[in-house]
Amino acid sequence: MSRKVPEERYRKTFSYQFKAWLEGTKDPFLGRVEMRRQEAPPESKEEKERRERDEEALKARVYDLEHNFEMRIFNRLYRVFSILFCIFLVVMLLAAVSDLPAFGRGENPVNNEVAQRYIEEGLEETGAVNIVTGMILDYRAFDTLGESHVLFIATCTVLILLRRDGEEEQREGRDNDRLYEPKDDVILQTAARVLVPPILLFGIYIILAGHLGPGGGFSGGAVIGAGLILYLNAFGFAKTERFFTARTYRRTSFCALACYSLAKSYSFYTGANHIESVIPLGTPGAILSSGLILVLNICVGVVVAGTMYTFYVMFRKGGY
Amino acid sequence: MTIFTCILLGFLVVCAIAASLSKKLLNTILIFMSYSLVMSIIWVLLKSPDLAITEAAVGAGVTTVLFLVTLKKIDAIIKKESAQEETDEQEGA
Amino acid sequence: MHWEYLLNNYEEAVAMILFGIGFSNLLLQKNLIKKIIGLNIMDTAVYLFLALKGYISGRKAPVVVDGVTRAEAYINPIPSGLVLTGIVVSVSVTALMLSLTIRLYRRYHTLDLDEITTRLKREGK
Repeated sequence: MSRKVPEERYRKTFSYQFKAWLEGTKDPFLGRVEMRRQEAPPESKEEKERRERDEEALKARVYDLEHNFEMRIFNRLYRVFSILFCIFLVVMLLAAVSDLPAFGRGENPVNNEVAQRYIEEGLEETGAVNIVTGMILDYRAFDTLGESHVLFIATCTVLILLRRDGEEEQREGRDNDRLYEPKDDVILQTAARVLVPPILLFGIYIILAGHLGPGGGFSGGAVIGAGLILYLNAFGFAKTERFFTARTYRRTSFCALACYSLAKSYSFYTGANHIESVIPLGTPGAILSSGLILVLNICVGVVVAGTMYTFYVMFRKGGY
Repeated sequence: MTIFTCILLGFLVVCAIAASLSKKLLNTILIFMSYSLVMSIIWVLLKSPDLAITEAAVGAGVTTVLFLVTLKKIDAIIKKESAQEETDEQEGA
Repeated sequence: MHWEYLLNNYEEAVAMILFGIGFSNLLLQKNLIKKIIGLNIMDTAVYLFLALKGYISGRKAPVVVDGVTRAEAYINPIPSGLVLTGIVVSVSVTALMLSLTIRLYRRYHTLDLDEITTRLKREGK
């Protein structure tokens, strides 16, 4: 309601009518159709109670699953038709498979000139020894950017669904966390002390050597996430929050995604304007080679590790 | 290699059927974890090492841990309420 | 529709059978967690089928060794790259569905889908 314009004049303006239409508060028929607004028919109190009791009895009768005859027939028919449909689907798919070209031959139509280009000129154009990493982080890096965003959105959604706010729920979360587990289990903590440093080191190695051998951002990030989950399980939340809090996750995720986007924008810019990019490709086989692939691997690895860890923490405690 | 691949694929089908027919939820999740691990070995036989590492870390690692934590959340809520113990036995684990 | 070729492409046939098993799990099971496991089995069956498309017998994994970059020395790398993205997206979808299951359980205290829909209809939503 505006303060400067009186109310009757405000109700005639376009903006008020648009807002009322948008929110659904405006009756679409009033003023346009020759009709009086419908009101509920007058009924006494006993009639109203009787009507509500009847409706309740009807609902209880209809939705009573065990004794309702039609629901039982429907359940049986549903199961029979599901099985028939599944069998039909599998037979159709097998018929399609039997028409495919023979498995594992080199002359199949799926091995076309795109794969030939990626293999033959992949090493000199991207500088990566691992052809698959060079493909997903150089030729097709836009897909990987979309996939990192999918991970980020999944984390945001799990945060929305499972976050506990409010004092009492937070207390519940903290109590339930260690309630049914033995506190300070000796076996678990000793094993974690021995295992967690090699796991994290191995994960970092997989990320950094992504363009030199099998591995890459996804695998390394998953391994680092698993290592962090093991540390959390063995030592509890108090010790883990010394180095990994919600703020850490937010900042690292945002920086990693922004860095990836900037690097990709640079590649788009130089590619679209036919400029040579200034980043050197280096010798294949060294760590600091293949242009921007190392940076992109690290960004993807950080996002994946944070995502896996956040999923676990959200499920367990409902907050950081 | 062909015989080995056939054995592994047969194991996959048996695992999938067993996971759908088992009565307790904890057994289902453990069978699913072994299914994921055998998938990872098949990726190695198909000469894709990237897929093998990723599936081993993600499928037999993080997904199974998430399933187990979900089970714990469901049981924990029952024990806290202490209302429906027969449902507790029915859910398994 | 030559059924005798199925014996040659038996791995793809197994992938389709796994897809059928996963799909029937999705339709027929009453427990929500088993439906989610069925969906995961469908996912992995599709990834198996995709990765089988890139295999060529007699050639090596797509990592360049000894500077050999002829196209006839390595398998097709493209389906492998597609499946790599798919595996990580699959774990995100599973985490999302499990968190929805936890919220449903907190509200209705049951994991049976029939009962949840019945209660929803009875409440009048």
